[in-house]
Amino acid sequence: MFGNLTLDAIPLNEPIPLATVCVLIIGIVSILSLVTLKGWWPYLWREWITSTDHKRIGVMYVILALVMLLRGFSDAIMMRAQLALAAGHAAGYLPPEHYNQIFSAHGTIMIFFVGMTFVIGLMNFVLPLQLGVRDVAFPVLNSVSFWLTAAGVLLVNVSLGVGEFARTGWLAYPPLSELAYSPGVGVDYYLWSLQISGLGTLLSGINLTTTILKIRAPGMRYGRMPVFCWTALASNLLIVAAFPILTATFAMLLLDRYLGFHFFTNDGGGNPMMYVNLIWGWGHPEVYILILPAFGVFSEVIATFSGKPLFGYRSMVIATMAICMLSFMVWLHHFFTMGAGANVNAFFGIATMIIAIPTGVKVFNWLFTMYGGSIRFTAPVYWSIGFIVTFVIGGMTGVLMAIPPADFVLHNSLFLIAHFHNVIIGGVIFGVMAGYTYWFPKAFGFRLHEGLGKAVFWCWFLGFYLAFTPLYILGLMGATRRMQHYADPTWQPLMVVALIGAVVIFVGIILTIVQLIVSIRTREQRRDLTGDPWNGRTLEWSISSPPPVWNFSVLPIISGADAFWEAKRRGGIHAAHSPLVPLTVPKNTPLGVFVAFFAVILGFSLIWHIWWLAVLGLLGAIAVCLRHAWRTELENHIPVATIAEHERAHQAQVAGA
Amino acid sequence: MNKKTAVRFAILASSSMWPMLLSSCSRGVLNPQGPVGADERVILFDATAIMLAVVIPVIVCTLAFAWWFRSHNKRAQRRPDWEYSGRIEFITWSIPAMIVLFLGGIAWIGSHDLDPPKPLAGGTKPVEIEVVSLDWKWLFIYPQEQVAAVNELVIPVNTPVRFRLTSGSVMNSFFVPQLGSQIYTMAGMTTQLNLLASHEGTFSGISAQFSGDGFSDMTFDVRAVPLEEYQAWLASTRTDSKNLDANRYAQLAGPSRHDEPVTFGQVTPGLFESIVHNHGAPNGLSPSPAPAGGKPL
Repeated sequence: MFGNLTLDAIPLNEPIPLATVCVLIIGIVSILSLVTLKGWWPYLWREWITSTDHKRIGVMYVILALVMLLRGFSDAIMMRAQLALAAGHAAGYLPPEHYNQIFSAHGTIMIFFVGMTFVIGLMNFVLPLQLGVRDVAFPVLNSVSFWLTAAGVLLVNVSLGVGEFARTGWLAYPPLSELAYSPGVGVDYYLWSLQISGLGTLLSGINLTTTILKIRAPGMRYGRMPVFCWTALASNLLIVAAFPILTATFAMLLLDRYLGFHFFTNDGGGNPMMYVNLIWGWGHPEVYILILPAFGVFSEVIATFSGKPLFGYRSMVIATMAICMLSFMVWLHHFFTMGAGANVNAFFGIATMIIAIPTGVKVFNWLFTMYGGSIRFTAPVYWSIGFIVTFVIGGMTGVLMAIPPADFVLHNSLFLIAHFHNVIIGGVIFGVMAGYTYWFPKAFGFRLHEGLGKAVFWCWFLGFYLAFTPLYILGLMGATRRMQHYADPTWQPLMVVALIGAVVIFVGIILTIVQLIVSIRTREQRRDLTGDPWNGRTLEWSISSPPPVWNFSVLPIISGADAFWEAKRRGGIHAAHSPLVPLTVPKNTPLGVFVAFFAVILGFSLIWHIWWLAVLGLLGAIAVCLRHAWRTELENHIPVATIAEHERAHQAQVAGA
Repeated sequence: MNKKTAVRFAILASSSMWPMLLSSCSRGVLNPQGPVGADERVILFDATAIMLAVVIPVIVCTLAFAWWFRSHNKRAQRRPDWEYSGRIEFITWSIPAMIVLFLGGIAWIGSHDLDPPKPLAGGTKPVEIEVVSLDWKWLFIYPQEQVAAVNELVIPVNTPVRFRLTSGSVMNSFFVPQLGSQIYTMAGMTTQLNLLASHEGTFSGISAQFSGDGFSDMTFDVRAVPLEEYQAWLASTRTDSKNLDANRYAQLAGPSRHDEPVTFGQVTPGLFESIVHNHGAPNGLSPSPAPAGGKPL
């Protein structure tokens, strides 16, 4: 009846997961009861859960990413604590069976459910506003994408309390991830949650690519798009090209595990190294899927707060698209030590270095954007400067490892760990935090607390260096990644410093929550009445904060880059209004949340081999899609009076500010 | 780049930022005990020095530009519409391109000079050692001598050692940080690695590729000893009555942790090949033809 699922799946005899699960359940139950008691369900259902508004969906993505940051970070701090203890003969407090799940979950969660989710959330929110349009190309699909991501998140977290998570590392290399060496459900949780959320990501990539290519405000030619839109285009093209590789690779591993195929097994003619090639065929573009939009955020932030147009717009665009192309030609640098031969290694090493050229150009262009500007030191600028300083170091250590013989001694070491955290924290995290602070007033109509924002920055910045400089050194001392304990006691002091760094970052994460609470409570003092709190340059700042559901009452007509800045220069974008017309926006739909519900059932039952339930889950998901296809009411109509009333109120606010 | 400049760069780099690391890395990759590791250290230093020549000015400029052009600075000259300069753009593309040209040269030459299968220079005939990674221990077979050892690797100093490596289980990476290059061990495939210890001593060896629950204890000592001592070790090992045949191998291959070093006075000839051809299991299924040289496909 319940397949492989028995009561033994619940870790009753393991205190740490059990306690975590209890705390989680108490947390979720108390939030749900609060929502129920306060009667918020109808509001949440109507305004958020079933929303097809790209702004709402973007915000939900970001909230999901912040929640998962807490989960991923608690894994991080447990790992650092384990390694600070487990020197010499000490075993630490986490046995390998548990420790291995933690580092696997940490990587999986941070990349797929924090990095990807945050970046996609920002793109979702910002792109239509910057392009001067009313929504993404496929608003309902957008909701489905989000909820599929949430379904993946749910499955990963269920693995905490029911069964186990993968113990294979975040990329689940076979043959270790094959049934012969990982017979438990951990790898299945990993595979199904990423298959489900990966489908959401792919759909989102198709959606946003189509949006950028096909719907832009009149006159917004490619050469007039804000740079964030360009980086988002590159990122989404990569999603469309790379995620099918991931899905296909996981599908092959699933066939191995479920149906006895031999794609990647040791025996039967399988070749595990094919998996390693394929997964990095997705994995390296994935790095750029994350970092390119962050580059876009920095471009917007630096230009806005320097009061200058971005230096070398054309170079920036060329560099972005060059990185997009090149990112597919370097995957082998993740395994120079496989023994592919000197020519192959040298080719991929040099191809990797070539990516440093457009990246270097970007850094120089940011420098020259600041040159001659009038820089306002807001929190997003702190993140941007912190980014440049940190990222060039991470880039340097990356190019260092692109030299195959250097990689032969640094591969898989803590030096590597320090390198990619250097670029992911210093690049992606700093970028999304800058974007979060920068666009927050647009989303909610009030600014975040500036002082606390800077405190968050300093915690991340100093915490990063405290946590990862020791790892660089340890890597050179011969410490490898994923070890649960180590013999050399001279490593311990550095491990303790790294733990302190992690604690400092933890303070930064707590301060992010404090900042949010304080800002909400004092929001009346932080109101953004004009819709343009930073003296912005791009179209999102030309409308009210928060924007109306239809974004632009009249589609703006674009005659150059930095459209809003030019309009302000000419004496105001608001003067040039053409007459208002009634608008239609897509109706809300519960399709996304229903599909995700059935996807969770499908995933969970496949993990536990509950075949009848899997069939039900699949049929359910198909049924709700079919039901949606035959819907009769498609859109809400917004009368001119509503739009005019919004515009009048906004003008009054602007005049009063 | 010729050797002299390379050395100059190395000295420059090591004198500026590495001494602290060097002193603390007594067992790490910055304290190499053989030519492979030494050459790799030179590359690390060279490449770092070349890149620091750009990275440090960029960091300084970032902070300086940001500070000087702060909005409160009355002395800063503002250029609010300045967004393009062909000359500067030419330079911004040229600088990273030049750096990459340099580093690309290092990468190309280094990849060929330090290619793991490439025999090391030197007149002495290399010692052959076959390496099998198992769950979770290392098996070292000396095919010329027909002896074997687990979790302890004894090699003669100043003699090239030619390793052929495979896995009897999942993937691992054979790595002795102080001797240089690591290489993957993969079931059904053979990789090759050439190393040499130019100093006597005991160096720690590890697996650098996560391989499951016993991974952290997959360590071994490498003892680099004078030739006479090596011969004596071989002789005493040969007197060991344990015979590593297919049955004994099957027992050994099962998962175990914290294995103490063990020696075998006799090894069935061709054991390594049968492990490779049977994809990890000497008595297993008849395999498809194995890919050669560790190349995937």
